[in-house]
Amino acid sequence: MLLTERTTPTRGPDRARRGRADRPGRKAALLLSPTFLVLALVVGYPLLAALRESLFRGGDELDESGFIVTGERFVGLDNYTAVFGEASARFWNAFANTTLFTVTTVAAEVVIGTAMAVVMHRAMRGRGLVRASILVPWAIPTAVAGLLWRWIFQADGVANSLLGTELLWTADGWPAKLAVIIADTWKTAPFVGLLVLAGLQLIPQDVHEAARLDGAGAWQQFWRVTLPLVKPALLVAVLFRLLDALRMFDLPFVLVGAQKGAVETLSMLAWDEANQVRYGPAAAYAVLLFLYVAVVAFVFVRLLGADLLGDRRARRAGARA
Amino acid sequence: MSALVRRWGPNLGIAVIVLYCLAPFYWMVVSSFRRSSDIFDLSALPSPWSLENYRAVFSGSNDFGRALVNSLVVAGVTTAATVVIATLAGFALARLDFRFKNAVLAVVIATSMFPGISLLVPLLKLFTDIGWINTYQSMIVPNLSFALPLAIWYLTMFFRQLPFELEEAARVDGCTPGQAFRKVILPLAVPGVFTTAIIVFVVAWNEFIIALTMVNEPAMQTVTVRISQFVGVAAHDSPFGTRMAAGVVATIPLVIAVLLFQRRIVAGLTSGGLK
Amino acid sequence: MRKAAIAVLMASALAAVGCGSDTGSRTPGDADGRGPITFATLKDGTGTVPELVQRWNADHPDEKVTIVELPEGADGQRQKLVQQAQTKSDVYDVITIDIPWNAEFAARRWITELPREQFAVDGFFDAPLRGSEYRGKLYSIPHFTGSAMLYYREDLLDRAGVEPPSTWTELRAACAKVLALPAAEGMSCYAGQHDKYEGLTVNFLEAVGSAGGEVIDEQGNPHLDTPEAKAGLEFLVDGFRDGMIPAEAITYKEEEGRRAFQQGDLVFHRNWAYIYALANADDGSSEVAGKFGVTVIPGADGPGVSSLGGNNLAVSAFSTKQATARDFIAYLTSLDTQLEHAKGSAYPMTRTEVYTDPGLREQYPYLPVLKDGIEQARPRPSIVRYGDASTAIQESVYAALKGERTVDAALAEMQRALSEIAEGS
Repeated sequence: MLLTERTTPTRGPDRARRGRADRPGRKAALLLSPTFLVLALVVGYPLLAALRESLFRGGDELDESGFIVTGERFVGLDNYTAVFGEASARFWNAFANTTLFTVTTVAAEVVIGTAMAVVMHRAMRGRGLVRASILVPWAIPTAVAGLLWRWIFQADGVANSLLGTELLWTADGWPAKLAVIIADTWKTAPFVGLLVLAGLQLIPQDVHEAARLDGAGAWQQFWRVTLPLVKPALLVAVLFRLLDALRMFDLPFVLVGAQKGAVETLSMLAWDEANQVRYGPAAAYAVLLFLYVAVVAFVFVRLLGADLLGDRRARRAGARA
Repeated sequence: MSALVRRWGPNLGIAVIVLYCLAPFYWMVVSSFRRSSDIFDLSALPSPWSLENYRAVFSGSNDFGRALVNSLVVAGVTTAATVVIATLAGFALARLDFRFKNAVLAVVIATSMFPGISLLVPLLKLFTDIGWINTYQSMIVPNLSFALPLAIWYLTMFFRQLPFELEEAARVDGCTPGQAFRKVILPLAVPGVFTTAIIVFVVAWNEFIIALTMVNEPAMQTVTVRISQFVGVAAHDSPFGTRMAAGVVATIPLVIAVLLFQRRIVAGLTSGGLK
Repeated sequence: MRKAAIAVLMASALAAVGCGSDTGSRTPGDADGRGPITFATLKDGTGTVPELVQRWNADHPDEKVTIVELPEGADGQRQKLVQQAQTKSDVYDVITIDIPWNAEFAARRWITELPREQFAVDGFFDAPLRGSEYRGKLYSIPHFTGSAMLYYREDLLDRAGVEPPSTWTELRAACAKVLALPAAEGMSCYAGQHDKYEGLTVNFLEAVGSAGGEVIDEQGNPHLDTPEAKAGLEFLVDGFRDGMIPAEAITYKEEEGRRAFQQGDLVFHRNWAYIYALANADDGSSEVAGKFGVTVIPGADGPGVSSLGGNNLAVSAFSTKQATARDFIAYLTSLDTQLEHAKGSAYPMTRTEVYTDPGLREQYPYLPVLKDGIEQARPRPSIVRYGDASTAIQESVYAALKGERTVDAALAEMQRALSEIAEGS
């Protein structure tokens, strides 16, 4: 699976000696059963149903009297070959948009979020105010945020007026992409900032002192000392943001609209197909999106070693103790 | 020069951050107080101030009060169910030794990366068959798909930090494991559970696509869906003013909650990402 | 991977449960059922429809009608209707559909066939009635109709001494004169609806029709390889290129265009009848109140051919009270109700006699223009995969308007896409 399996002997030895290794297992199974029941219903079942659905097609043939033939027929991998054949332009466009939004928004959020965290860490006064205001973008429903930014980006709206531009943000084209990126960055950069701030606050003051005594400048301190130390926190934040951004739907849907090539993401494509009553192709897109998300998560965890379970640190701490 | 920067730099930075976070929200509030005839004004304050949009939000056909109740029920029940189930799971994952523990946690996290869009059509068909369309449970149950992994994650991380030596000590003092859990661990766990509950509530309150898909009866719609479906006075009209007002109404409870519980939320959010 | 195996087991157990309860509470629909019903429709800002419903309710205490508002915009409206059909939900009994959806909804058995004799169909305009049929059978009843009208700034045209245009050449010539006036500084010549949505399809079909062509014929075959189709698309593309149509019009739907016209930014504007009263409002919201007139939209060599707009009423196949639903539709589209309706609301009715009523002609001076337009208008293609066809048209036309495709390439692309759609169904 996604994460390597490691057993963590937190308080293992004495337990095992008492020969009760079995009982926690049963207890855990009991405590975890509601979780697995729910997840099987709301995630496991739909996943399998979507996989099955993606092998079927229906609702596209007329009988003699002009009615659409009801029921679905098994078409094997046809829906998938269609994605890479006749529908490939739209699919790759959505794929490119999804990737572009993910890369740009996550990069912008990391940079802006880190900058915010550094400022907040230094600031003596106004922390409460900042903390409260930083939570506002996070708390606003994405659908409402989409409407809000659509309002700001109207042709005769406040964005054009402030910037002195006459861009058509909500039409198709690069301004629409930019509008989505700006809105998403606004909504989530503060959140990344909070995570990084928490990482910063864990760094003991003497580390900075030592670096300063060694003659490191502010920039060097940040680059050589601070960043490596907040890296674990940052990586987890980035992973979560990546997974979220790859699924982006509400924001471009409300901000720009359905069927706009410039902002159509894979989620929107799947939704649109379902809305056109083509469930087979919709399911195929959904499955492909799932695989894409899984691959990204796997590569990220493997390459950068994001320590999701926190057990590496736990083990290190254990070794030290 | 550099002294000046050191002195005023952080304050300036703070000002920039606050502006960044609040300016768009400010614009929403200002726009919501304009009359529909001068909604396109660009002045920093509405002139004159008007409650027209707020009246429209709660007028009969928009029925926003009902939508608020629906959101409250859906988000509330989602939160309660999530917290109960996730507390059990989080306790097991943080506290018990059993085989496949990390695998279980990994599976839980992996489910959270499943794209919501692909859950919808199968669930829609299932709920159609069992007659769940236009019910609260048709929104609450799918909400668990993202709320539960999130909550289990936060709670596991939180429970891991708790000093379980205390529990051992209580047992040595003659408490049964159940008593030890109730009297010692539970009180310590309350803040973490509470934080998780707030975060889940906010996320569930903001949910859009499930509610959009599962419900077509206006009386059952939640606020996020209701706002996106406001209709203006004419057939092709997009009532921006009304939407901004409704957006403010839908956001204000969250902003108040956030202001009240900001320390807890921040602590919760960061512990999830860190520990 | 034992976990995965367990998950699979659990899920398939659940799936079995799901299939087992197949017969649950889904509603099969009842063709003869009676009782209180719901009416899913677009918001009526004038409050006339609610009044008419009140009147029905007073006469039919056991078959009361409740209005359910559908979201604004054809996309949102369609999403709700598709959803109710998917879920076989009987939440809506009478539904309001966009006229081009008639064929698809009928073919999917989402709406029921209607008996002609119940609805006095002879009094309707011909084009909307034809658009309500699928394979010779009637599936919905025209409620509102409408053709595009050309709104023009009468005051400025008078000052420049030009007549309202009836051809594209005259339109350009008129603009040249009007825009030379000092009073017309900063104005643009013309705009319709050019954002990428259903309205763009309408404007394109109209342009081709006004050049004497037809995008999709009655058999569903596309004809975009004709000089007429080229002339139609060029009217729009050249308009954007040389500034006759302002660049921001690429974001215009009906309301954005109306606002531009009301603010005095446009000399000519293509829109529906509903904006007449709004643009004429003297409460300060419109700067052009009393300063504009309407005429039939222009074409290549004479008056143009409008696309037919409008909404139809249909009975949901999942309704359990279809007899009441049919009665209510008959009531709402009867001549008496339409005459009453027209007094309270500017929506164009679907019965010809409404347009000859002297009182109404006084109230809505544009009625003769509208009647001409509707009689000339052409329904949008009545094909089952209309949604796909419209999307394909929007895709190519939008790219051409933005200069990303040449006119020829866009037409060739549309021809190919629409042929595939025609073959598929």
